[in-house]
Amino acid sequence: MAVVTPAEVQAVAFLARVQLADGQAQHVAAQVDQVLAYVRKLQAIPTQSIEPTSHVLPLANVTRPDQTVPSLAPEEAVRLAPDRRGHLVRVPKVVDLS
Amino acid sequence: MLTARELRDQIAAGALDPRVVLHELLQRISRINPAVGAYVAVDPERITAQLEERLRHGPRGPLFGVPITIKDNLCVRGEETACGSRILSGFRPPYHATVVERLLQAGAIVIPRANMDEFAFGSSTETSAFGPTRNPWDVTRVPGGSSGGSAAAVAAGAAVAALGTDTGGSIRQPAAFCGVVGLKPTYGRVSRYGLIAFASSLDQAGPITQDVTDCALLLSVIAGQDPRDSTSAPMPVPDYLAAVSQTARGLRVGLPKLPAEGLDGDVRAAMDEATRVLERLGLTTVPVELPHIHQAIETYYIIATAEASSNLARYDGVRYGWRASEFAAGGGSVEPSSAQRGVLQMYLHTRAQGFGPEALRRILLGTYVLSRGYYDAYYLQGMKVRTLMKRDFDAALSQCDVLLLPTAPTPAFRLGEKLDNPLQMYLSDIYTISANLAGVPAISLPCGFSSAGLPIGMQLIAAPFQEATLLRAARAYEQATDWHRRHPAISSVEQAR
Repeated sequence: MAVVTPAEVQAVAFLARVQLADGQAQHVAAQVDQVLAYVRKLQAIPTQSIEPTSHVLPLANVTRPDQTVPSLAPEEAVRLAPDRRGHLVRVPKVVDLS
Repeated sequence: MLTARELRDQIAAGALDPRVVLHELLQRISRINPAVGAYVAVDPERITAQLEERLRHGPRGPLFGVPITIKDNLCVRGEETACGSRILSGFRPPYHATVVERLLQAGAIVIPRANMDEFAFGSSTETSAFGPTRNPWDVTRVPGGSSGGSAAAVAAGAAVAALGTDTGGSIRQPAAFCGVVGLKPTYGRVSRYGLIAFASSLDQAGPITQDVTDCALLLSVIAGQDPRDSTSAPMPVPDYLAAVSQTARGLRVGLPKLPAEGLDGDVRAAMDEATRVLERLGLTTVPVELPHIHQAIETYYIIATAEASSNLARYDGVRYGWRASEFAAGGGSVEPSSAQRGVLQMYLHTRAQGFGPEALRRILLGTYVLSRGYYDAYYLQGMKVRTLMKRDFDAALSQCDVLLLPTAPTPAFRLGEKLDNPLQMYLSDIYTISANLAGVPAISLPCGFSSAGLPIGMQLIAAPFQEATLLRAARAYEQATDWHRRHPAISSVEQAR
């Protein structure tokens, strides 16, 4: 039995902000399902008393002095934008009041 | 092709002119690249200008005048750095990755941009948005991945040495497929600043070179703490070049019991022979257990895709990179207020068109395993099994100095063979990914050829921050064999164009 349906893959794709074409969803869902069916074998490993590892370095709360240091100039940063006006990044309308 | 160590020594002694070195290298690249596709692009004029600048103003460090090839996911200021992806095409970072900066401070000439799988998602360099790289030993086969461009360039003599990155084997597996040496450092040994993130708890940059000595040389330049990467470790950097000249006699080599499924007969035979060579050199072998290595693929493809989906959320067509053409500057689509043209639509279309199929799959898998209702069963469980795997390595490496494993279960496979079967592709990482999950250093070096004449790589793994031990053992093996001195016939590569 499938772990995920094409409809669920469509829903996840929307959460990830990716527009899947209808035909694409079928194909991608089958591949995602195949991988999920494989990786879910992991659920058989007993881990009740095991702490999770998010990273392996014995480091915690690495901080630096709270001092201002030079950073990227606004002109340099904005120059990379696909669309801009002066020092501002330009995007389609975010809030539509009409 | 001279090694980086030989080049720098001869340049320093005045026996070689760095201009001639660079000119000859650029000529080789232009001859070889059409058939191999190791580089996405090379700009001879800008590289030559860089050399002239270095000759005039230095710095004259330990890599003065030596050209080093850079993978397309390491930022080089002002040079296009696209991570093999359409969504970053045209991106010219306003800063250097720390590893690039350190190479430049050592006097190296950096040569962008070695081809790679899109966002390093792959084991074959076929998922690059800029076309595949081919294996110089057989251009019908893949060079491995994701650092396939770096490895193929070094193997074909189109690079003196290169940097790659390794999240699940992306330095070691292509090094094995191309018959060169590749080292993944301990997590935290090398700064990740300016390395375009795939999986932040697994990624490391490292050298891909013609021999073990060059690996030591490059590592000594790029290793060390970096205030711009809070996950770089405050550990002193030993003299790795000195380490390679120390004897390996007496080192204990752990031989883990491995999942035999899918292990090629030629690879198995080469590993058995490598074990005998190490024993002849005075290293001792001990059997060890890595019980959770059987779950490495499952654990990795949960953790790595989860982290990738989060890291790739930043590509939205707003601040940098590529934006879907219907929403591009001057397209007029920015003005209408209809929902069809809103900012949400821009995200949806930019990401759908900007990412290739494998990137989309991984984003979807990662989003799924992190989503409500599935997080505990997948991601949390993955992190717990990672703990078990880390304990396995701690235990095994308390009984020996290095572990010996194959790098990949097979020699290089054919282009297209696994491209539409993600699971088969993922299985080619079976022996490499546990080192990333455990954060330990690992090196791949040539240890033979298959009956079809394809290179085979062996992998050595050491305890965290024991790169010097790794290099000592690797160098001892290399000195006793001549696999690393064999090169693909470049005339046949050129004819394949």
